[in-house]
Amino acid sequence: MKRLTPRGLFWLKGLLHLSFLTPIIYLVVMVLTDNAGGDPVQYIIHYTGMGAINALVVTLLISPIAKRFRQGLLLQTRRLVGLYVFAYASLHIAAFISLDLLFAWGFLFEEIIKRPYILVGAACFIIATFLALTSFQAIKRKMGKGWQSLHNWVYVMALLAPIHFYWSVKSEIIEPSIYIGVFVLLLWYRRKTIKQWLFKLK
Amino acid sequence: MASKKGFTKGISNTPSWSLKENEVTPESVFSDRRNIIKAMGLGALGASLPGQVQAGLFDLFGSEDKPPFAVQGLDYSKPNQFQIVDRLTPEDKIIRHNNFYEFGTSKQDPFENAQQFQVNPWELRIEGLVDKSLTLDLNDLTTKFDLEERIYRLRCVEAWSMVVPWVGFSLAELLKMAGVSSKATHVAFETLFDPDQMPGQKNRLMGGGIHYPYVEGLTINEAMNELPFLAVGLYGKTLPPQNGAPVRLVLPWKYGFKSIKSVVRIRVTDKQPPTSWNQLAPHEYGFYANVNPQVDHPRWSQASERSIGEGGLFSAKRIPTQMFNGYGEQVADLYKNLDLRKYY
Repeated sequence: MKRLTPRGLFWLKGLLHLSFLTPIIYLVVMVLTDNAGGDPVQYIIHYTGMGAINALVVTLLISPIAKRFRQGLLLQTRRLVGLYVFAYASLHIAAFISLDLLFAWGFLFEEIIKRPYILVGAACFIIATFLALTSFQAIKRKMGKGWQSLHNWVYVMALLAPIHFYWSVKSEIIEPSIYIGVFVLLLWYRRKTIKQWLFKLK
Repeated sequence: MASKKGFTKGISNTPSWSLKENEVTPESVFSDRRNIIKAMGLGALGASLPGQVQAGLFDLFGSEDKPPFAVQGLDYSKPNQFQIVDRLTPEDKIIRHNNFYEFGTSKQDPFENAQQFQVNPWELRIEGLVDKSLTLDLNDLTTKFDLEERIYRLRCVEAWSMVVPWVGFSLAELLKMAGVSSKATHVAFETLFDPDQMPGQKNRLMGGGIHYPYVEGLTINEAMNELPFLAVGLYGKTLPPQNGAPVRLVLPWKYGFKSIKSVVRIRVTDKQPPTSWNQLAPHEYGFYANVNPQVDHPRWSQASERSIGEGGLFSAKRIPTQMFNGYGEQVADLYKNLDLRKYY
């Protein structure tokens, strides 16, 4: 099989940007043209949440694919996709706070404490924020070995995000169950790494 | 397409649950969303997009473009005690934001999937512990009773709310016509079961895992109260299918899911009937489902609600939820001896 060249990587990154930006543009058009329902609030929140969870699946697919097909350069797309997880998660939370809660901050903190599914979602967002803030090369170099250890927290996200999804729905549990299955597979594939990481954390 | 009636006003006999003038949303300071879109030159895009997308899809599946569901105008009176001094939720929001899992679980699914729904012929049967069973057809629903408009607040368990002008008749009137036996303790309701027309009943993924047909129930005392309403219309016209055509129940002091849609059967019984959401998740949805700001749902605080009114995305308001959705004066007596934390 042909190796991914730096030039190929450039185009692949462009394609990834396009495939993560297009859904956001589509959402904006749907909302502006009144095609997101009579009250688009839940639509927007669900849509951006699904975007975040799908981007997380893609992030976690990159290294298995790179290994299986011996495409080392592919690993360089992880930061890009990971930042889209953060971008979609930020939109998801911004929509929840601004459109649903209408900036009732006191109420937000009360809800985070009272509702386990919101707490789980908030934990995911906090992890995503730390990973995004430390995603710059300069910081990565400064952090040395600690960087990888911090970024392994993505596994915790992979566990919590589908739980948050499953827990948040009223009755349509088939789709969230599929996501739980997918994430369990992605984590199972990394069981050795995760074991070592957890051992070090102790 | 919707003829906006604006907001109904001027009542001598103001009920306790009406909002005061100063609680009403001020004229939106936001420009109308459509003007913004027009200014951005997106209007043409908006007008062309759905049609084209739809046409494209229909082409793919080889069927022709079908017209949307046709609604007809209704004659009705406006009894004073049921007019709220409040801003109505615009019609296009009421008909495009629906929980009607028979047509899909997302809010816009019913609008998209219900337009071909057949309401004629229709049979609504009233049976069980009654003096005489009744069968009403589509015509009976709009001619057998003096229709009236009632503006009711609708509060969804998901913590959003609307103000809706329904047209219809009171449930008690219908039950009196059938003659309720003294042995009766409850009334059970059932939605149409027709998987060919209701894709959510055919496909578990689409129907949210609910056991169909959808069923609901009331105690006989609740049913004979003045508030329970059988709506056959919305905004002065017959109901669109996504709102429960041709006839639905409206119970303004209970969470929206109790207000069963597209009813085909009303059965007077001497037992508490099963109810769909209670069957699915009994710890989350009780039989009574009275709006109660003190008792939270596991996922939604019920202390406040997002009121869906006029204007764009950012013009909604969060308002405190009232006990019995503000209809306590009419219904609180029904629950005098009931622990509402236990019987949620």
